[in-house]
Amino acid sequence: MPSLKDIKIKIGGIQKTEQITKAMNMVAAAKLRGAQEKMEDFRPYADKFAAVMGELGGSVNPNAFPLMAIRPVKKVLVIAVTADRGLCGAFNANIISASEKYAKSQVSEGKTVSFLCIGKKGYHYLRNTDFEVVDYVTDCMAAIQMQDARKMGQVAINLFLEEKVDQVQLLYGRFINVVTQKPTFKRILPISKEGLGGEEAKGDDEGPKATYIYEPEPERILNQLMPMYVNVQIMAAMLETAASEQAARMTAMDNATRACEDMIHTLTLTYNKARQASITKELMDIVGGAEALKG
Amino acid sequence: MANKLLLEVVTPTKLVISSDVDLATAPGEDGEFGVMANHAPLLASLKIGEMRVNDGSNTTKIAVSGGFCEVSNNKMTVLAEAAEKSDDIDVDRALKAKERAEKRLQEAKSGREDIDEARAQAALQRALVRLKVTGRA
Repeated sequence: MPSLKDIKIKIGGIQKTEQITKAMNMVAAAKLRGAQEKMEDFRPYADKFAAVMGELGGSVNPNAFPLMAIRPVKKVLVIAVTADRGLCGAFNANIISASEKYAKSQVSEGKTVSFLCIGKKGYHYLRNTDFEVVDYVTDCMAAIQMQDARKMGQVAINLFLEEKVDQVQLLYGRFINVVTQKPTFKRILPISKEGLGGEEAKGDDEGPKATYIYEPEPERILNQLMPMYVNVQIMAAMLETAASEQAARMTAMDNATRACEDMIHTLTLTYNKARQASITKELMDIVGGAEALKG
Repeated sequence: MANKLLLEVVTPTKLVISSDVDLATAPGEDGEFGVMANHAPLLASLKIGEMRVNDGSNTTKIAVSGGFCEVSNNKMTVLAEAAEKSDDIDVDRALKAKERAEKRLQEAKSGREDIDEARAQAALQRALVRLKVTGRA
């Protein structure tokens, strides 16, 4: 049995850890609120964008647009969005293992897979694998900037146009709610016609659909909008991953705090038992001694 | 009021403006155009430029960089990657951006191939528009 002092030191250490995890939990909660707000702020933009794309996409011929070109898929590019920092439970590990699993299944079908990494954790892992990491941005999840999304979007679009990849998948931590985040794949290139006229597009229908005046022609507008659409989707994925990260950290830290409490509880019990045992032992000694003197 | 137009300028980070206006002028790809109340549905792409918003006797200027605009049901929505009202523009930053872009353009012209001339040109455009909107160019 460990000595009383050992137990006391251990309890002290765990109490300190508990303080830290509690603080991290509260920081994550505050950051989650911020991240969620940013997600909300972005939504009107993304919704409107999707609506307009739907409006335009319905009336055009998909073959006219290089970004909609469907080729036999031989090379896949995965844009993996992870967090920059750890200590958020299995959040990053889930995304990374999803990416690896996906890559392996693609390879077994005879395709090649390369990666674009957004976020430090994914990059640090994937650069040590056999897969090629074409480009990356790190330290971008704390203050998410459109320009990072644009940079990655540009790389992806160029590769796609040069036919170096035939399909681009976006992998991010989807924010379902505060306790559930799920690694999710989304195909962003080639842009599908369904994607254009998707459910987001059927938003606020006010009155009968009027015919629009286009300026310039729909094709030219669409040609401009498509790259932006790719960026918007990457941006949305980044915002969502950031919110998921904070939510995951909150849960992880909450669990850690609770685990600390449990440990402190059991250690206190052991401590009290040990203390009681030593008191009893001393009493027995005293009583034994007194008896001996009497006799 | 029926003879007003609801104007909304939305960027990825925020709603820049949402108000009823008399006239909004936007820098279209094929030239500047104005929109008043009861305009026919319109979808236009925008270039980097200056938007002017007239409401009564007030004129607000907004620097927009790229994007597009949709008009329907007496509502005009401008979606831009960046947009700032003239009061919100950081003049120093714009000035610095202008200098930087000019320098890069110079370097690109003198044969450095690692510089994307189109991007530098766009950056210069944005900076110039910002300065113009604040009235300092």
